Amino acid sequence: MDLSQLDLRNLGLLFNQLLTSFGVPPAVVPIIGSLLGALLLLIFALTLVLGLVWFERKIAARIQDRFGPNRVGPFGLLQTIADALKLLTKEDITPTNADRVTYNLAPALAVFHVIMALAVIPFANNVIGANINVGVMYIIAFGSIGSMAALMAGWSSNNKYALLGGFRVVAQLLSYEIPLGLAMMIPVLAAGTMNMNELAEAQYRYAGFGWYIFVMPTAFFIFLVATLAEGERAPFDLLEAESEIVAGFNIEYSGMKFAWFFLAFFLNSWVLAAIATTVFLGGWQGPFVDQIPALGVIYFLTKTLVVFWLLAWIRATFPRLRIDQMMSYCWKFLVPLALVLFMVTAVVLKLNLPHPLEGIVLLAANVVLLLGAWWLLGREQRKQIGASKRAFTPEIPRL
Amino acid sequence: MAIVFIVIASITVLMAIGTVTARNLFHAALFLVGAFFGVAALYATLDAGFLAAAQIIIYIGAIATLIIFAIMLSRSMMGREAGALNRQWIYAAIGASLLFVALAALVLTTTFNTTLLPVPDNVIYQIGAGFVGTYVIPFEVASILLVAALVGAIMLARERHR
Repeated sequence: MDLSQLDLRNLGLLFNQLLTSFGVPPAVVPIIGSLLGALLLLIFALTLVLGLVWFERKIAARIQDRFGPNRVGPFGLLQTIADALKLLTKEDITPTNADRVTYNLAPALAVFHVIMALAVIPFANNVIGANINVGVMYIIAFGSIGSMAALMAGWSSNNKYALLGGFRVVAQLLSYEIPLGLAMMIPVLAAGTMNMNELAEAQYRYAGFGWYIFVMPTAFFIFLVATLAEGERAPFDLLEAESEIVAGFNIEYSGMKFAWFFLAFFLNSWVLAAIATTVFLGGWQGPFVDQIPALGVIYFLTKTLVVFWLLAWIRATFPRLRIDQMMSYCWKFLVPLALVLFMVTAVVLKLNLPHPLEGIVLLAANVVLLLGAWWLLGREQRKQIGASKRAFTPEIPRL
Repeated sequence: MAIVFIVIASITVLMAIGTVTARNLFHAALFLVGAFFGVAALYATLDAGFLAAAQIIIYIGAIATLIIFAIMLSRSMMGREAGALNRQWIYAAIGASLLFVALAALVLTTTFNTTLLPVPDNVIYQIGAGFVGTYVIPFEVASILLVAALVGAIMLARERHR
C-alpha cells in the first residue's frame, strides 16, 4: 500500500462506507462511528497510563541513580500491571461517616475530566475527537471540574487531612488556572483561532521555527509552570504533601478507588503535555507531514513524550514549595507577567508587520519581558533575604 | 433532538430541586454544580459551544467552587444536617411565588420567534466584535463592577497594620 495514500482523515469516511455496505441504515452510521471513536480514545488513554507510570518511574530512577522497576518482565515493563492487579485485590474501605455518594463519585469525576479533555486533542491533521471551535476554552472548562473532584474527595472522606488537602486544591488549582488560561490565550491571539487543530496548523511558518515555543518562549514558560501546578506535580504537589498532610485529599481511598486517582494523575500529566505540544510545539507538524499525513501521529506522540519526560525530570529533581511561596509565585509573578505579555503580543500583532519580522519582534519582546521579570524577581528576593537576615541577627546588648 | 432536550432538561430541573431541598449545604452546592452543568449541556445542544464552555468555566470553575469554599470555611466543616427553612420562609415563599407568576405570565404572553437560523462559522469572532463594538459600554460597566467587587473584597480581608 502506498503510504502517501494513507490519509487518516479518510479513515472515518472509509469506515462509514464499509458500514453502509453492510446494510446499516445511514442515520445510525455516524452514531456508531462516534461511539467507536470515543471507545478507541478511552482504550488508548487507559493503556497509555500503564506505559506512562513505568516511563516516569524509570526516568526518576535514572535521575536519582537507581534502577527503578526491573523485576517483572523485561526492563520491569510489566511492573505497572502487577501493581494494578495488587490494587484490585486490596480491600475497598469506606470510612465511617463518609458521605457515601460523594465519596464514590469523586474518583470517577477525577478520571472523567481528564478523559473529556482528550476529545479535543488533534493526534494528526484533523484526527481529532471533536473538532470544535472553542477547543482551548473546552480544555480550561474541564480543568475546573478536576478541582471539583478533588474537593469532593477531600470533603466526603470525613478526615481532617483530606479536608486540608481539599482546601489546598481550591487554592492551587483555581489560582494556576489563570496563568494557564492566559498563557494559552497568547498563541490563540497569534493564530486567531481557539480550534486546537487550527492552532497546530497555524505553526507552519519559518520551517519549524514557527512553533510558538520559539516565537513566544515566555508564554511557554508560564504555561509549563502552570502545567506543573495543574498536574499536581512536584514542585507543586502540595495537595498530597506526605510530610505535611499525609496524603492529601485521597488519603482515605484504598484499592481500586485510589487507583482511579492515580490513573487520573498520570493521564492528566500526559494530557497537559499533549496540550503543550499542540499549542506550543506545533502539534503534528514535522518534516514531510504534508506528503504523508500519518507521520503526524508519530511526531505528535514523540513531542508529547518529550514534554512528559521534561515534567518527570522536574518532578524528580525539584523540592516541594511552601504554600505561601506557591501562591505568591502565581499571583505576584505569573499572572502579571502573563497579562503584560498578552498586551504586548496584541500590540505587536496589531502592527501587521511582514512575516519573518513579526516573529522576530515577538521573540525579542518575549525574551526582554522574561529577563526583566526574572531580574525584578531576583531583586525582590535579595531584598527579602536581607530583611530576614537582619531579623535573625542577635542584638548585642549594650553595656 | 427533542429526546436529548427532555433528558438534559429534566436532569437540570431535578438538580435544581435538589439544590433547594437538600438538608446538607455541601450537597446543595453539589446539586447546584449539576444544575449548572445541565444548563451548559443545553447550550451545547443549541450549537452555542462558546456559551457552554463559558458557563462551565465561570459558574462551575469559579462561582460554585467559591460557594463550596465559603461553606467549608464558615460552617462546622464536618457538621452535616441543617434545616432548609428558617423563620423567614413565609416571606421568601411569597416573594418566590410572585416572581414565578410574573415570569410565567411573561413567558406565556411573549410570542417567541422560533425560526431556525443557521449558526455562523465565526461565532467567537462575532461575540468578540460585539464586546468591543456594539456592546462596549455594558461590557466595560460589568468589568468596572467586578473590579470594584474585587477591590472591596481585598479591603475587607486585608490585615490592618496599626
